[in-house]
Amino acid sequence: MDTTTVVIGAGQSGLAMSHRLTERSIDHVVLERGEVANSWRHERWDSLRLLTPNRESRLPGWRYDGDDPDGFMAVPEVVTFIDSYAAAINAPVLTGTAVTRVETSSRGYQVTTTGGVWNCEALVLAGGAANLASIPSLATAVPVSIDMVTPMTYRSPECLHEGGVLVVGASATGVQLADEIQRSGRTVTIAVGEHVRLPRTYRGRDIFWWMDAAGVLDERHDDVDDLVRARHIPSPQLIGTPEHRSIDLNSLARLGVEIVGRLCSIRDGVAQFSGGLANGCRLADLKMSRLLDRADTWAQETGIDVEDAPLRFQPTSVPSDPTLEIHLHRQAIGTIVWATGYRPDYSWLDLPVLDRKGRIRHDGGVISDAPGVYVLGGNLLRTRRSSYIAGTEQDTYELANHLHEYLDRHACVKAKAC
Amino acid sequence: MTMTTKPVDNGVNTEALIGAREALSQAPEAAEFTWRASCTWAGGTYSRTKIEGFSGLGQEHSHRQVFTYEADHPECFASEDRGATPVEHVLSALASCLTAGVAAVAQYRGIQLRSVTSTIEGRMNVLGILGADPEVRNGFNAIDVRFNIDADATPDEIEALVAQSQKRSAVFDIVTNPTNVSVNVG
Repeated sequence: MDTTTVVIGAGQSGLAMSHRLTERSIDHVVLERGEVANSWRHERWDSLRLLTPNRESRLPGWRYDGDDPDGFMAVPEVVTFIDSYAAAINAPVLTGTAVTRVETSSRGYQVTTTGGVWNCEALVLAGGAANLASIPSLATAVPVSIDMVTPMTYRSPECLHEGGVLVVGASATGVQLADEIQRSGRTVTIAVGEHVRLPRTYRGRDIFWWMDAAGVLDERHDDVDDLVRARHIPSPQLIGTPEHRSIDLNSLARLGVEIVGRLCSIRDGVAQFSGGLANGCRLADLKMSRLLDRADTWAQETGIDVEDAPLRFQPTSVPSDPTLEIHLHRQAIGTIVWATGYRPDYSWLDLPVLDRKGRIRHDGGVISDAPGVYVLGGNLLRTRRSSYIAGTEQDTYELANHLHEYLDRHACVKAKAC
Repeated sequence: MTMTTKPVDNGVNTEALIGAREALSQAPEAAEFTWRASCTWAGGTYSRTKIEGFSGLGQEHSHRQVFTYEADHPECFASEDRGATPVEHVLSALASCLTAGVAAVAQYRGIQLRSVTSTIEGRMNVLGILGADPEVRNGFNAIDVRFNIDADATPDEIEALVAQSQKRSAVFDIVTNPTNVSVNVG
């Protein structure tokens, strides 16, 4: 089967790209291993809501039009949002079609799937940055009697084994799961390394309103000081709830969650935690204050009317003598939750585009080692907004333009006409 | 009116360090370093440790001179106090590593330093090393470092310097996180 462009993945990014290609009359197909919005349907926990308010839920030519622009979509609403989009743009999606191999071919690229082979000139990898849970290798030392779950397999506190819970990682996922598991009556310990602390609202407005207004979300990948580092910063400690509450280590400590340093090793059933917890918290507090300084400066310079005065939040209160070791059995830990991030699955990608860590080498989504191939999704793909749904608007616009020009040049070379 | 800014000079060549980071990301095997020291007992609890060479960037290196460090125990432990105790050498290593980090980060961030001093304390219950109480660990219960920094920067910027220097410090990592240690004979 032939088409001009194959898009892999029918989540928000792949569908947005499909719309951009349709706008440009570029013949294409969207291959989807499961259903539209598959990860949202099957690989997220029950209580999850988006980190971004509804007004930030935008796709090309499509936006939230409900009556709660400040609210946060629950997962079923996200699925409906993306499903309706797929229908509205009439995306040529082939569901239940898993890609098993991608390689170069005389036409450009050959995509082998469970539903046949496609040949194309351009290819868009939009399968998402979160296909697999990223679990540290020390997980192999966890005693077999302890159950391990990831954010992709966790559903709700009721599904956990008996006993205490060790949540590893303090990203949005880690703090949200620690929060709900502790509230369910379990004893939770959270292991905290580098993290990003943000208030849900600041001076009466959502933090995303500020980051949007002050230009933070528009910071580009090629303007960031240390891109590799910036792409690996954990997601901010935020939760989307109807009451717009903030979540951070202080709120977890108030619930009774024990805060410990980064998990460093597990030996003979003993988990050891870093003694560097205080510094990780200090870094996060300082970084949050710098962001709020920037918001205040922006508000002052633009003279915008903000009702509430600037304020600074209490520093993270670090235990004076944080626990360095937990004997997993003696302290009755029944479950370890690996909230240690996600990684994409490129096991089927037979193109010379991965670096030594298995990451795609790309420049804002343009893969120069495989001309005509593009990647979407992930942290700071092109701008800081790329991490969120609304990032697809601009990212797909710019990459579709690049792809369009590539096809024109490619056709030109093939026809030897120019 | 024109503003003139004096270039920041803390005596750290950050361009070279950034260049090295770029180069080593491309050639990760060159980033594998081995640091070495050799120690000789000199009677009692006294010993001398010599530091001469190390390997890295795919080759052997020699320091510009051989550095010798003496270690002993104090008189209250019935020793002769001919050198700092090994645990004090650890404190020295941590303080100097963090200080180097402060200077490097300040240079990178364009902050001129005028003075950087620190005091460091490691608290220890010696019942551990004496074998008198199995509940007490041998090493430090806690380490406190206090920096005093005079620089062209706000208090928050100075705090951030110190925080970033901990984040990038080898010795801070060594003392806060476990390391596999194998000790063999012969």
